[in-house]
Formats: sequence, structure tokens, C-alpha cells
Amino acid sequence: MTIRHHLSDPLLMAYSAGQLPEAFSLVVATHVSLCDECRARLMAFDALGGAIVEDAGQARMAGDSFEATMARITGMPQAEPVSAPRIPGGVFPAPLRDYTGGDLSAVKWRSVGMGVRQAILKTDSGATARLLHIPAGQAVPDHGHRGLELTLVLQGAFRDTEDRFGPGDVEIATQDLEHTPVAEPGADCICLAATDAPLRFNRLMPRIAQPFLRI
Amino acid sequence: MTPETEQDWAALLLRVRDDADRGAFALLFRHFAPRIKAFLRKSGANEPLAEECAQEVMATIWHKAHMFDPKRASVATWVFTIARNRRIDALRKSRRPEPEELPWGPEPEPDQADAMVLQQESRRLGEALAQLPEKQRSLIERAYFGDLSHSEIAAETGLPLGTIKSRIRLALERLRHQMS
Repeated sequence: MTIRHHLSDPLLMAYSAGQLPEAFSLVVATHVSLCDECRARLMAFDALGGAIVEDAGQARMAGDSFEATMARITGMPQAEPVSAPRIPGGVFPAPLRDYTGGDLSAVKWRSVGMGVRQAILKTDSGATARLLHIPAGQAVPDHGHRGLELTLVLQGAFRDTEDRFGPGDVEIATQDLEHTPVAEPGADCICLAATDAPLRFNRLMPRIAQPFLRI
Repeated sequence: MTPETEQDWAALLLRVRDDADRGAFALLFRHFAPRIKAFLRKSGANEPLAEECAQEVMATIWHKAHMFDPKRASVATWVFTIARNRRIDALRKSRRPEPEELPWGPEPEPDQADAMVLQQESRRLGEALAQLPEKQRSLIERAYFGDLSHSEIAAETGLPLGTIKSRIRLALERLRHQMS
């Protein structure tokens, strides 16, 4: 997998600082699972967090704090095992599988018209995450954004006015971008998308449909 | 023994990991618990919540010590990630999906040189942070204390993060090579 479109520094820093809405964190965690370059950049931001804890000053601990902590250690269950590695031949990295309950075949798709299907993933209310299934060669309706939209390609590829986005690539779209992503011929395109504001579509029909789509 | 360098902290944590060494843990506690609590207080936790969460973070450090790898993070970095996750649970009541774990956990014979270089780079990063102009440092701290929303965070730190990134990138490449 050759990834050409990466996460931005502000997104990685906000994720490291724990300040992203859950839906954006899911896109970041999924991309980092696929991209060693962004994993290394993220770990550098975590190192900055470490330097800040080291430098945060000291707050006085309660008198019995150490004994209380040792008692907690005795009472705590053993650390849970880490999430399972990717299924060989699977499409979804572990963080995404935690939301779908399995790989691609476990997704409960709903049609949103024109052959496009989506599945909304349950996250906190700060932003919305969904999977999109776009048939090869099909366009997603022209839309702009009121907020930030992240789109991570998991399978296939799409093109818009900006560039081509293939597996592992993430497009960071702000409100200036009006685009019509088109899935490339060949394989159907599967994307994970997150937005912190509803999309606004530019044609009448999708705009009427929007409340029902929840996108 | 009073630890003075990043390597010393890592050695203490490895003693907790390998021997469940209570004395080593007490030294780690004395250094890190008040800093974790200060971090949580500055992140908006009140006194009792910060005390409780700092104890929980220290207890998690004990239980997860087997996951610490000195080649990929300094002790302070590792402690930060645990404290941050506790803060998201306790203060924001939200979830933060984590990237897939790589199979690069502690090796039978860890490469001491790699670990030492990473620990030194982490110390240099701390020194660089301390030398930043007050206004700039405060902006970075506010991001990590949770005072800034994601749209307010501008990641221009003026810090040498590239050196740590390159170091970790090399370790990742070697790991991928071993796996293939």
C-alpha cells in the first residue's frame, strides 16, 4: 500500500492530546493502523505530551496515597489483552472492526440512492462517522461542507477536483472545498468518512433526502 | 538510588515489569504521581478526582508494565498516554479508538543502544520545551491540558519533533523487515 495523502499535524496533535471527537479519532486510529509514517509522527506528538507531564509541576498527593494505590493494584483485574491483529486478507484495521463487529461482510448497509450505500457508526455526538460503499464508476452527489470532513479510503479509489485517493489515503476537506468524488472504474470504493457538521448538497434531490440520510 | 535520567526511569519500570519490584515502583510513584495529579488538575479535574485518577493511573502503570518498551517511548511518554486516556474516560466520558497494536512488544534481547538514543531524544525534547518563549510554550500546554478544541490547535510547535519521529520511523522499518 503506497499512501500519498496523510493526516495533518493539527489532527495528529489533537488526537495525541485527546481533543478529537470520537468519529475523527476513529479515522485517525484507522489511518495510523495502515500508515507507519503517521504512526511515527503521532508517537512524536505523544513524546511531547510526555515532556508536558514532566513539566506540569507537582500536586501534593494524599498522605496514604501510595498504600491506597498498592491496594488498588491488588484489587484490579489483570490488564485485558490487546485487540486482535488484522484478519489475513481483511479490509478493516482493528479499531474499525471494534465499531462494525467484524470485517467488511459484517457491515449493515442501507441504500442512500444511486447505488451508494452507507452505514452510520455509533460515536459520541461531536461528529458523525459512517462507512460509504460507492459502486465502481459512480459519483457521490456534489457536496460542500460546513465543517471538517475526513474521508479515508479502505478499498478501491476515488477522484475529485483535488486528486486521486487510493487505499489508505485520507482526504481532509474543509468548508472551502466543493467536490464531486467519483469512484474509479474497477473495484467498488469503500470509505470511512467523518464530519463535524451536516453536508450540504448542491442539487435539489439530495438536499431533500438529507434529513433521512443523516449525513 | 535517586534516578536522574530517562534511562534510569526506564530501568525502574523494567524492574516492576520483570520482578514486580515494589521498591522500584515506590520511586516511580514519588516522581510521577504528583506530576500526573498536576496534569489532571490543570486539565480541569477537581482535587478528589485528580487524586483518585492519579492513583488509578499509577495502578495501571503497574499492571501494564509488561507493555512498556523503552525503544518506542520514554517512561514519561508512556505515562502521559495512560493519564490522557484516564482523563478522556473520567472528564470527557468519551471513547478514543486506539491504532492497531504492532507486534513489536518487548523483545527477549532488547537493543540497548536504540532504547538509549530514544530516551536521550525525549530528554532533549523536554529541554527544548522548557526553553521556548513563555507564550509559545503556554499554547502547546493548553492544547495538551484540553483547553483548546481540535479546530483551535495549530501544530506549529517550533520543537525538534522530527528527530524523534525519524528515530521511531527507523525502528518501525526494522520491525516491518523482521516481520516480512
